[in-house]
Amino acid sequence: MDFGLSEDQVLLKETIRRWLDAECPTSRVRAVMESTSGHDPALWSGLAGLGVPGLHVPAEYGGSGLELLDAALAAEELGAACMPGPFLACALATAALVASGHDAAAARWLPALARGESILTLAVGEEGDEWDADRLATRARGGTLTGRKPLVPYAGIADAILVAARDDAGPGVWLVERGAPGIEITALQGTDMTRRVDAVALEGAPATKIVGGRTAIDRARDAGLVLLAADAYGGARRCLDMTVKYVLEREQFGQPIGAFQAVKHQLADLAADLDPALSLWWYAAHAYDRIQERAPRHAALAKAHLTDLFDRTVRTCTELHGGIGFTWEYDLHLWFRRAVFDQSFLGEAHYHRLRAAELAGW
Amino acid sequence: MNLTYSEEYERFRDEVRQFLQASWTREDAAAQPDPDGFSGVGVGRPSERVTAFRLKAIERGYLYRHVPRRHGGSEQPPDPLKAAIIAEEFRRAKAPGEVVGQGPSMLVPTLLEHGTDKQRDFFIRDTLLGTLRWCQGYSEPSAGSDLASLRTRAVLEGDSWVVNGHKIWTSSAKDADWMFALVRTEPDQPRHDGISYLLIDMRTPGIDVRPLRQMTGDADFNEVFFDNVRVPAENLVGRRGQGWVVSRSTLKHERALIGGAHLTRRAFDGLVMLAQALEVRGQPALKDPALRTRLAALEARLLANEYQGYRLLTMSARGEDHGLAGMVMKLSSTQLGYDIAKLAMDAIGDRALLAPGEANAPAMGMFGSAYMWSLGVLIAGGAANIQRNIIAERGLGLPRDARK
Repeated sequence: MDFGLSEDQVLLKETIRRWLDAECPTSRVRAVMESTSGHDPALWSGLAGLGVPGLHVPAEYGGSGLELLDAALAAEELGAACMPGPFLACALATAALVASGHDAAAARWLPALARGESILTLAVGEEGDEWDADRLATRARGGTLTGRKPLVPYAGIADAILVAARDDAGPGVWLVERGAPGIEITALQGTDMTRRVDAVALEGAPATKIVGGRTAIDRARDAGLVLLAADAYGGARRCLDMTVKYVLEREQFGQPIGAFQAVKHQLADLAADLDPALSLWWYAAHAYDRIQERAPRHAALAKAHLTDLFDRTVRTCTELHGGIGFTWEYDLHLWFRRAVFDQSFLGEAHYHRLRAAELAGW
Repeated sequence: MNLTYSEEYERFRDEVRQFLQASWTREDAAAQPDPDGFSGVGVGRPSERVTAFRLKAIERGYLYRHVPRRHGGSEQPPDPLKAAIIAEEFRRAKAPGEVVGQGPSMLVPTLLEHGTDKQRDFFIRDTLLGTLRWCQGYSEPSAGSDLASLRTRAVLEGDSWVVNGHKIWTSSAKDADWMFALVRTEPDQPRHDGISYLLIDMRTPGIDVRPLRQMTGDADFNEVFFDNVRVPAENLVGRRGQGWVVSRSTLKHERALIGGAHLTRRAFDGLVMLAQALEVRGQPALKDPALRTRLAALEARLLANEYQGYRLLTMSARGEDHGLAGMVMKLSSTQLGYDIAKLAMDAIGDRALLAPGEANAPAMGMFGSAYMWSLGVLIAGGAANIQRNIIAERGLGLPRDARK
């Protein structure tokens, strides 16, 4: 019985954090987010040098062969640093490929993904906030895909897109390679400037079926929900730390504003909600890896809870900063925007709470 | 991360189960009152059967593991995992565990740390068995959160302390044999340095216990008045003027007591069953999407607290300090308890109009009473705003409040 991180996991987190402190200060975050692609290949290859994209890629496909928990610990650090780039896109694609059991596709794409040389993404959501594998409209016919995926992370730079769609047999996952005919990718202005989304239109685009059934789509969704929860925790923790530091420095009425009880209590409430929430996403990650019958429900609850909490934290922190927190120049809004992504991507809190109720048999 | 117990611990669990099967029958369990009732403050005297069982369990090393054998404990090396297994198995068997109350949880650690040999020998053993029952004399009408401003005086006259004053919110004072109290003995010293920790026999002449009826309509609390109450000088714990320091360790223990996650789980499961059973506008309340999302939001917080318990247990087992994680538990769990009770009241709908005991009130009005009690625990043992101060000051490093 041990509900804590191993020495290796602590070391992994520290290594990533130190690297992010050195290589990914907010000045660099801003440079990437103001770039056209929202992707900095040098930064990404540095992260790949630490093994981050390959953490949960099986060893036989050139990864570290670790678990989702390890990837989530990385996600927490990336959230804390507001690291821009396709981490989540690659992680979703990895989870889908691993769950598909399609050896040829995994062997073709995962080694390069783990090395940071290939970017992959997963396209699930459709118009009308639809994230359910059984209600997707994108159709596969005769080796081609037709349909619209309005919000796909980093489709524009992806070497391959895994597409959740359906054929006559039901839902499944297909793979479309970059540059295929019949695929049109439109870059979108996103609220979160550190994780880009593109609209993907498929019109008879040639595609390979990787797997049938909804299992791979659901496993990838659950992995994504846990990673978003971890990202949200990291982001919220960072906002809280920044704000504690700020209220100790900022003086009004002849004292640091952090000495006022109104300020102290708002921060204490956030800390009291945030600290136990860590245990929720740890458990959700652990369930994904080891207690699979509990995984879908815990992933849903963790995503809903943590992303709500991230939103509340960054709003309260912005308010506590006063005017400076409302400026472009001050960094808080980077996380404010990141919180919007964490909440909205893969379905909002309300949707996942209703799913959790259903899964509980209520 | 590994949530299974190793073979050594599974063997230990089997031992505990075998002991319970042999020593605590189903009939025993059925006759046992619910130890997790809502107030949990009025503790009756244990039956001979229960005391005999506890003595056996102590002999086996299952109860009072931190208390030396010569004081009636079982003196086991600290092992949070074993302690957790024992608690789980005793609860499952509905067997009496350690006596619930402020005597075992607060007084005993204090005496172990600061008491004289004579005090330990006289008080600890019977306190652990629940045959000697205690109440806590801390709060006063004008000394609540600001406990150090307390005014109940004790003046040394010959070989006795003469106590005059007024304590309030004293749970179980009517049933208690003794009180551990904070009294002012050094009025000329700065406030914290003027307080002493005194053990008072509740049968002493001059003590008047008056029940205090609380908002639930019941009277679990009391006021205690002291009119020239003479207490033997040897009943002081620690030195004169050190009562504040002496009492500190015990407040910490009470916080751990109030954070019990299994009680919150019970309240939540009760709420789900209620929502399943209740018809609201022609369908089970549980089918209402608004209620479902609120339930799921609450369960996320409940699970977070439960897993936080695993995390704290692991930290203890690894010998790590709980830090902020320990400080937030009281606030987050009592707040959650309040929100669960509130949702239950909403789910009940118009039947919340019916008072506890009214035949048509869902679950006999238990939820209405729980709704009120959820405020009681938010206030008891360091009110929520005091918890926020502790978290902000000790956990986040923000400046201390200005104090006069």
